[in-house]
Amino acid sequence: MTVLRLGPWSVRLSPRGIAVAAAMIVVGVAVSLVALSTGEFTVPIPDIVTSVFGQGTPAAELIVGRLRAPRVVTGLVVGAAFGLSGAILQSLTRNPLGSPDFLGFTAGASTGGILAVVSGGSAWQIAGGSLLGCVASALLVYGLAFRGGVQSYRLVLVGIGVGAVLVSVDWYLLTRANINDAASAGTWITGSLSGRGWDHAIPVACALLLLLPVCALISRPLRMMEMGDDAARAAGIGVEKVRAAAVVTGVLLCGVATAAAGPVIFVAMAAPQLARRLSRSPGVTMIASALMGAVLLVTADLAAQRLFAPVQLPVGIMTAAIGGTYLVFMLRKERR
Amino acid sequence: MRLYGSGLTLSYDQRVVATGLDVTIPDGSFTVIIGPNACGKSTTLRALARMLKPRAGAVHLDGSVITSLPSKEVARRLGLLPQSSIVPDGITVADLVSRGRYPHQRLMRQWSKQDEVAVATAMESTGVTDLADRCVDELSGGQRQRVWLAMALAQETPILLLDEPTTFLDIAHQIEVLDLCADLHEQGRTLVAVLHDLNQACRYATHLIVMRDGRIVAEGDPTEIVTAELVQEVFDLRCEIVEDPQSGTPMIVPEARRRTRAPA
Repeated sequence: MTVLRLGPWSVRLSPRGIAVAAAMIVVGVAVSLVALSTGEFTVPIPDIVTSVFGQGTPAAELIVGRLRAPRVVTGLVVGAAFGLSGAILQSLTRNPLGSPDFLGFTAGASTGGILAVVSGGSAWQIAGGSLLGCVASALLVYGLAFRGGVQSYRLVLVGIGVGAVLVSVDWYLLTRANINDAASAGTWITGSLSGRGWDHAIPVACALLLLLPVCALISRPLRMMEMGDDAARAAGIGVEKVRAAAVVTGVLLCGVATAAAGPVIFVAMAAPQLARRLSRSPGVTMIASALMGAVLLVTADLAAQRLFAPVQLPVGIMTAAIGGTYLVFMLRKERR
Repeated sequence: MRLYGSGLTLSYDQRVVATGLDVTIPDGSFTVIIGPNACGKSTTLRALARMLKPRAGAVHLDGSVITSLPSKEVARRLGLLPQSSIVPDGITVADLVSRGRYPHQRLMRQWSKQDEVAVATAMESTGVTDLADRCVDELSGGQRQRVWLAMALAQETPILLLDEPTTFLDIAHQIEVLDLCADLHEQGRTLVAVLHDLNQACRYATHLIVMRDGRIVAEGDPTEIVTAELVQEVFDLRCEIVEDPQSGTPMIVPEARRRTRAPA
């Protein structure tokens, strides 16, 4: 730990954490540039820079500014939101499985989204539906798991149960929908970044800007609460208040991310764990988790677009494959 | 008195543990609360540490109702070593002890010179300085308890409450932790501990609180209050009280039913 002091102010930073964050920013920028420049029509990197500033050729401006940039930016902000949401909820439940994927929040968001899709809703209604679904499932899971307090294991088990029920609701809705709605819902349900425009990226970016200060405020109390409620209370932390703020923030981040990209699974679970292991930090690491989420999602999206070209996979399939592998790896390690 | 509770009704959900309980912690004492299982000793300690909100009555700290004071302010005056805490994955000893400084820190004042001194002093007096860079997961139970104690010490509170600090430790480590507590008391802190072992309680306490069924049956200097009748009344145990050959404090020798010494 290094300490920076300036007059009465001081912050504590871990050099390794900073190095890891810097490395992730470099990787994120590099992957984004590749995603912006390659594809059916290659735009050289200098042209990307000029077209960002509105000085490029019309073709480059169309491809980069209208098609690729919104997709990349959506990927970055959605990934960051999932990473943060996972970090907060895992810290709160003191359990790597306590991410929104396992708590049933993502499932709730997809059911809400599908309801909107099959009832022919607009893009905004789909987004609203999934946000509402996410909040509703969070309330449901908390309500069912509550018994004079919420224990982490019960929360995860109830979450898995509720998630399973919601998935069957999803399939029921799909069988009742007409074929076109079902097809578009099918893509949405795996989580996809294809065809995302600025109107997807901007709401998520705004939510991130709004919720980042909350994340900064709760990160130190959350770290204390990982030692147990009593230890945190003894240190003067208002455990109930912090927990409420954390749940609301975690659910909202997961909700807006799902509203924009659909339920892309495993990013929220894997990003905080990877970030934590890389930076060797005990406890929740907000910034590293957000960066890791962003890098994971744009990288997975790039791979989904290019690996099996010309076939384009939804990014959710890629994250499920990567995340599933990671989960097995993690559980194997935990067993020992 | 800096810390006392008056008219406390304590309960978990529906189960009432104590009603109308008055408990006072003498300033500068090493108070030990003792009693049979489920007598409410830990509950009382938790109420004094504001971990449990009394259903009636109130705990007072320095003349104010404890819940009316800002939580961080209380944490700078009164510390607690909980019965069990969770060790965060991969945390080092120095990191864990540093967390005790939380009530003295703010978002923009995360690590002052005082923080550094307090952590170093706490590790020194608990003898964990050499372990500073080790992972807490790899330590033995006794070492781990000293680390938790160091964290509570780093909080630099004049009053320190300890909830069964010797549970899960072998006899040598129990004595080690209690000796450490006695040192801390000698340095001028007020200590309150819940213990299981009556002999240890008698040896270390300057003020003993004996509880049964949510009531205080006796309290005071162990040498004055611990009698065979009291032990019989509180623990339903027939015993003989002898003088502890080391400390001169009362020592309980339970009556033997099977292996009695052959009459001389």
